[in-house]
Amino acid sequence: MGVLAYTIITLCVLGVLCAVVLYFVAQKFKVYEDQRIDEVERILPGANCGGCGYAGCHSFASTAVKADDLSGLFCPVGGEDTMKRIADMLGKVAPVREPMVAVLRCNGSCAVRERRNEYDGAQSCAVEAALYAGETGCSFGCLGKGDCVSACAFGALHMDAETGLPVVDQDKCTACGACVAKCPKMLFELRRKGPKDRRVYVACMNRDKGAVAKRNCGAACIGCGKCVKTCPFGAITLSNNVAYIDFNKCRLCRKCVAECPTGAIHAVNFPVPAQNAEAATEA
Amino acid sequence: MLKTFPIGGIHPSESKISKDCRIEPMPLPAMVTIPLSQHIGTPSEAIVVKGDRVLTGQLIGRSSGFVSSNVHSSVTGTVMAVDTFVDQGGMRRPCITIQTEPDEWVPGIDLSGNVVRECNLSPAEIIAKVAAAGVVGMGGATFPTHVKLTVPTGKKAEYLIINGVECEPYLTDDYRVMMERGEEVLVGVSILARAIGVDRIMVGIENNKPDAIKHLAQLAPEIDSRIEVVPLKVCYPQGSEKHLIAALTGRQVPSGGLPIDVGAIVQNVGTALAVYEAVQKNKPLIERVVTVTGQSLVRQANLKVRIGTSVTDLIEYCGGLPADTGKVVAGGPMMGRAMARLDVPVVKGMSAVLVIPDESARRQSEQLCVRCGKCVSACPMGLEPYLLSKMVRKAMWNGAEAHNITDCIECGSCSWTCLSALPLLDYIRVGKAEVMRRIRARKGR
Repeated sequence: MGVLAYTIITLCVLGVLCAVVLYFVAQKFKVYEDQRIDEVERILPGANCGGCGYAGCHSFASTAVKADDLSGLFCPVGGEDTMKRIADMLGKVAPVREPMVAVLRCNGSCAVRERRNEYDGAQSCAVEAALYAGETGCSFGCLGKGDCVSACAFGALHMDAETGLPVVDQDKCTACGACVAKCPKMLFELRRKGPKDRRVYVACMNRDKGAVAKRNCGAACIGCGKCVKTCPFGAITLSNNVAYIDFNKCRLCRKCVAECPTGAIHAVNFPVPAQNAEAATEA
Repeated sequence: MLKTFPIGGIHPSESKISKDCRIEPMPLPAMVTIPLSQHIGTPSEAIVVKGDRVLTGQLIGRSSGFVSSNVHSSVTGTVMAVDTFVDQGGMRRPCITIQTEPDEWVPGIDLSGNVVRECNLSPAEIIAKVAAAGVVGMGGATFPTHVKLTVPTGKKAEYLIINGVECEPYLTDDYRVMMERGEEVLVGVSILARAIGVDRIMVGIENNKPDAIKHLAQLAPEIDSRIEVVPLKVCYPQGSEKHLIAALTGRQVPSGGLPIDVGAIVQNVGTALAVYEAVQKNKPLIERVVTVTGQSLVRQANLKVRIGTSVTDLIEYCGGLPADTGKVVAGGPMMGRAMARLDVPVVKGMSAVLVIPDESARRQSEQLCVRCGKCVSACPMGLEPYLLSKMVRKAMWNGAEAHNITDCIECGSCSWTCLSALPLLDYIRVGKAEVMRRIRARKGR
């Protein structure tokens, strides 16, 4: 009996002693963290994609809490809604940014861009690009091995088996920029999503001279400059044999689309032309 | 016990099927395309314009920097264009195209066949002549030779090592050069030793070329008594500078270091021949020996080819492209690269054109890594290829750097030995470039 009591008392004393020591240690090494950081992080999508330019959602949240105002901070995945909720919670002004989307600046599908050799190495665009120009005559175009698809954390990209090119799902794309950074040919660009999701862009990055570009790809920008002359708003510039449309100046008139001899300028989500318009509205 | 390097290495089938084909001069092509960048470093600048008439051996591209090299016309004819061409990888590169006429050599070039042994030039004069002749490393790395011969201040060269290893399967151009031009090669070696001021000269030759060893060993004493011909155990990649130094001297080039850090300078036998011709004959580097080989090729050959001749011409000369061709490789099967197109010129660093039949050219499908460790034991640099390639796939650049990815010499032993047919080197090569880019960016800041 005496042994039992002795044991219990010893353990109790030991327990109290440890508790006291731990209490003081915890006080001494206490790390203060603003609780709002956790709250902001809960509002964020939690994808840790790095699209905002910070290492992850926690890093973004702590910057947002510490910052004086939220300008320059924007979560592309959560978009304006998320930023507004964060701003409300922190009592700051929400930054306004137009929704963006990734577009592929290559239209060299299998139909227009002939395969001239066969690549037999590791199935990765990065590896292929390190070795040579690619299977077709165009050394600027999409290699089609899908590095962008595996880089996309939101499932917004898939390879189209028919064209051999990746397709962006604009509803899933959060404009985080992972594909832009991944593509070794630098074919992705983040562009303004546009009013009613309508946008016009040049789907080509071929810097070869016109004749060479056309010989290698039927849908290449040949740098003819017709679009530059046509554009009433001065939104199109031509450098290194490729046209580029500045989305801040473009008013979506689509005159350039009609003018382009190779169809390199893409206009997406516009209503279908007149003869099909009725059918479209009915549908 | 024959010497070799201490760790790793493999022994692929040698397949030196063109080894008994004597060097034959290839007929002049109708047109040559001479790239302005046939060396490591800044491209040379064209000093001719369209319509100019040039002579064989005339300077047409001037070296444009410290690490750069001169380019000479390999034929007589009219400059058709100073433009770009599409190289074997599909990239556009600057070049000069010349339409060929019968040869008319630049005066001062000694075209006689007699061997000039005597050389009384000072080291600086030798280096200047080598630089003027546009000599670059003929083993494939194409580093400008005059830069290599200029020993940096504070360093001292003790050994001149001549690389006659030719460890790549199929290649026989160095072997034929040693057999047929052995005397000139050794005079070139002696000139190289004079240029860098060393007394210890070793010529390393693998033991699978006993007649070359015998031939050079017989010739060496009468040309330069300091030349020592050393037979080496057959092991790939012994032709790598660092491994040849380790095999011959037992010294290890430190990680990230250069051969001169251990007092050695390595030159290829082909380079020694080019140096001989540049110094003793005033002949610039305008032709080289190219092995054209392949199991299904009608005829094997070691051709003396003018720089700028199209690879298509070479293959036509050897009986045309066989119907079962899968890949045509520029260089050997281990380190050479498959060509995306054949209408590309022979350059200073192209040692072979290898035609591989379809069934053996195909890669096997990738399996999972079984952690057998074969790649680790094969790696001659003592790296862990399975780990490095995994790190590259996962973009773990810091980890790859910590595991010395930049030491990889891209010999391909890991991929060759892999049971699961993993493209280990492909990924390591990508990672090496990325890590080096990061290191440069860090240093620049």
